[in-house]
Amino acid sequence: MADTLFHKVWNRHAVRALSSGQTQLFIGLHLIHEVTSPQAFDMLRQHGWRVAYPNRTFATVDHIVPTLARRRPFLDLMAEEMTAALERNCRDFGIQLWSSESREQGIVHIIGPELGLTQPGMTIACGDSHTSTHGAFGAIAFGVGTSQVRDVLASQCLALDPLKVRRIDVNGRLSPGVYAKDVILTIIHQLGVQGGVGYAYEYGGSAIDRMTLEERMTICNMSIEGGARAGYVNPDETTFAFLRGRPFAPSGESFDRAVDWWRSIASDPNAPYDDRVALDAGSIEPTVTWGINPGQSVRISERIPADGDREALAFMGFAPNAHVRGTPIDVAFIGSCTNGRLSDLEEAARIARGHHVAPHVKALVVPGSQGISRAAEARGLHQVFIDAGFEWRGAGCSMCLAMNTDKLEGRQVCASSSNRNFKGRQGSPTGRTLLMSPAMVAAAAIAGEVVDVRTMLEEIPA
Amino acid sequence: MTASPAGPILAVAGRGLPLRGHDIDTDRIMPARFLRSVTFEGLEQHLFEDDRAADPRHPFNDERYAGAAILIVNANFGCGSSREHAPQGLAQSGIRAIVGESFSEIFQGNAAILGVPCFAADPLSLDRLQTLVEHTPAVTIDAHVDTGVISAGPLRFTAAVPPALRDAFISGQWNPTAMLLDRFDEVRLVADRLPYVSGF
Ligand code: SF4
Repeated sequence: MADTLFHKVWNRHAVRALSSGQTQLFIGLHLIHEVTSPQAFDMLRQHGWRVAYPNRTFATVDHIVPTLARRRPFLDLMAEEMTAALERNCRDFGIQLWSSESREQGIVHIIGPELGLTQPGMTIACGDSHTSTHGAFGAIAFGVGTSQVRDVLASQCLALDPLKVRRIDVNGRLSPGVYAKDVILTIIHQLGVQGGVGYAYEYGGSAIDRMTLEERMTICNMSIEGGARAGYVNPDETTFAFLRGRPFAPSGESFDRAVDWWRSIASDPNAPYDDRVALDAGSIEPTVTWGINPGQSVRISERIPADGDREALAFMGFAPNAHVRGTPIDVAFIGSCTNGRLSDLEEAARIARGHHVAPHVKALVVPGSQGISRAAEARGLHQVFIDAGFEWRGAGCSMCLAMNTDKLEGRQVCASSSNRNFKGRQGSPTGRTLLMSPAMVAAAAIAGEVVDVRTMLEEIPA
Repeated sequence: MTASPAGPILAVAGRGLPLRGHDIDTDRIMPARFLRSVTFEGLEQHLFEDDRAADPRHPFNDERYAGAAILIVNANFGCGSSREHAPQGLAQSGIRAIVGESFSEIFQGNAAILGVPCFAADPLSLDRLQTLVEHTPAVTIDAHVDTGVISAGPLRFTAAVPPALRDAFISGQWNPTAMLLDRFDEVRLVADRLPYVSGF
C-alpha cells in the first residue's frame, strides 16, 4: 500500500504500543550537547542505569561554547563547568564527543549531516527543538526535553504519539535574492506558528527538488517554528550525492545497498496525506520578521499590517502600516543551525565583498562548525568578511540564543539569520530581533538599515 | 531535582494563577541565561524574570497568586525551545496543572514527564476562569484528569488532556523510563532489523 516516509520510518522503528497508548519508538541516532544533558546523566546515575547504545550516541559542545578566547579552561567559568561535565559524562558512559578543541566540533545540527551521521530513514532525537533540521535527509527527527534525553540514553527509545502528515509543495522557481529562509518564513507566515501542531511537514515540489541539502536543512530547521513536531524532505539523488564519502556514511558496496534502502523508505507517489498545501515559489520575496514570533513577517516590499499584534508592535517599536525596510540596525548576526553553513556564508560574502559594514553596526559571522570554518577560510571568505568589517568567530550557537557573551544590549536591533525573534532571545530582555536570510543580514550590515538585498545584487555581475 | 509527585494523578486542586496572552514561548518562561547550570536547582526563582522586570503587575509578581497550583494560560503556551527548564521551573514553583487553549507539543510532553497535566479548553471558558481568579484569587479550582471536568466557584466546563497522556496520569505511568526499559529484548529486535544498525 502506498505510504508516506513518515509512516514507513515510524513503523520500522515502533517497538510496541505502551499501556499509555503511546508508541515506544526506537531512536537510531541520539545527539547530545552540553546544555540539556547534564541533568539527564545525573538522573541516569541516580537510578544506576547505563547508556543503552553508546555507539548510537554522539556529543558536541555548541550552545554555551565561547566564539572568542577558546583556550581551555574557558574564561567563562560556567561554560568551562558545563563543557567539563559533558566531557566527564561522555568518558564515564563511553560516548564519542567532539569537544571544543576537536576539528569536528560545531552546532549539533550542522555536524550530524556534515559527518554523515544523519541518514535517510533514521529516527533522530536531540535535546534541542531544531532537531527537525535532520529531516532534510529524509529522517524523522525530534527535539526533546531533558527527561527524554534521559529516556533515550537509558533505553534508546521515546514514548511518542504518532503525527499526521501535511504535504507542502513549493513549485516553480525562486527569484534571485530569494532564499530557502524566505520560503520557510513564508510558509510559517501563511500556516501560522501553531499551524503545524499535531503534524509532521513533508516538503516537496519542484522548488524543493532543486534545492541543495543545505537549503533543505534551512527549511526543515524551522518546521518547529510553525508548530510542526518534525519536518522532512524525501531522499533523492541530491541526498545520496551529499552523503557519499562522509566519514560515518556507508562506503563501497554498502553505500549502494544503503541507497536502495533509502529509496524504499521515501514517500510513494500516491501516498495519502492528512493535509496538502501548495505555494508558488515565484511569488516569494525576501521576507523579514517585524514581531516577536517567526510568523509575524512581511515581504520586504510590504508594510506591517494595520492590525498587527499590539504587544509585538509595542515591543518592537513599530507603528502599524510601517515598513520594516529602512529600520536602522545595531547588530548583524550571520550564523546558527538555520543559516550558518558554507552556502550561507558564500551568499553573505557575495554581498559583503568590496563593501564596508556601516560604522554604527557590530557585525558577527559565526560559522556553524569548525569544518565550515576551514572550508570558508580555504575559499578566502573569512578575509572578505574581515575586510568588510565583520568579526570572524569560532563555531557555535552564539547569538542565536545568547548563552555566552555574544548578546544584544538594551533595546538594540539585530538583523539575524537565526530562527527565533522571541522577546529576550538574543540575551537582552528588551533586545529586538529581525529574522531574515544571511544575504539580507549582510546587506543590512552594510547599509546600516534593513534593505532589499535585490537592490545590492543588481550591482553584482552574475 | 524535581519536586514532582509519583503515582497516579487523578485530579489537581488548588488556587489559580491567570496568565493572559498567546504564544508565550519558553524563552520568556525561562530565559536562556538561567540554563547556565548543570542542575535544575533554583529555577523557580527565575520564572518569567524578564517579563516580571518589565511589568511590575505581571501575574507572577502578584502576591495574591502566591502558592497557586494551577496556571491558566491562552493559546500555544510553551512554544519555541524544547528546554525542560521551563516546566521544571513551573513545577518547582508549585504549579501542578496548566489549563489553556493549546500547548506546544514538546512543552506538553516535557510537563507530563514531570507529572504536570496540561488541559486544553475553549477560549470562552478560559476567559471566564481567568476573570474569576482575577476577581477572587482565593477560589479553589478542581481539575479532573479522568473526566476533564474543571470547576471553580460557579464555573464548570470540560477540558481535554490528550488520551495517551490522560491514561498515563491515571495509571501512574506518566514518567515512561521504566516502561521503556521493560522488555528491552524487543528493543534489540527492532534495532537489529534496521539495516543502518546491523550494517548495510
Ligand atoms: S544555533 Fe540556535 S537553534 Fe540551533 S542548536 Fe544552537 S541554539 Fe539551538
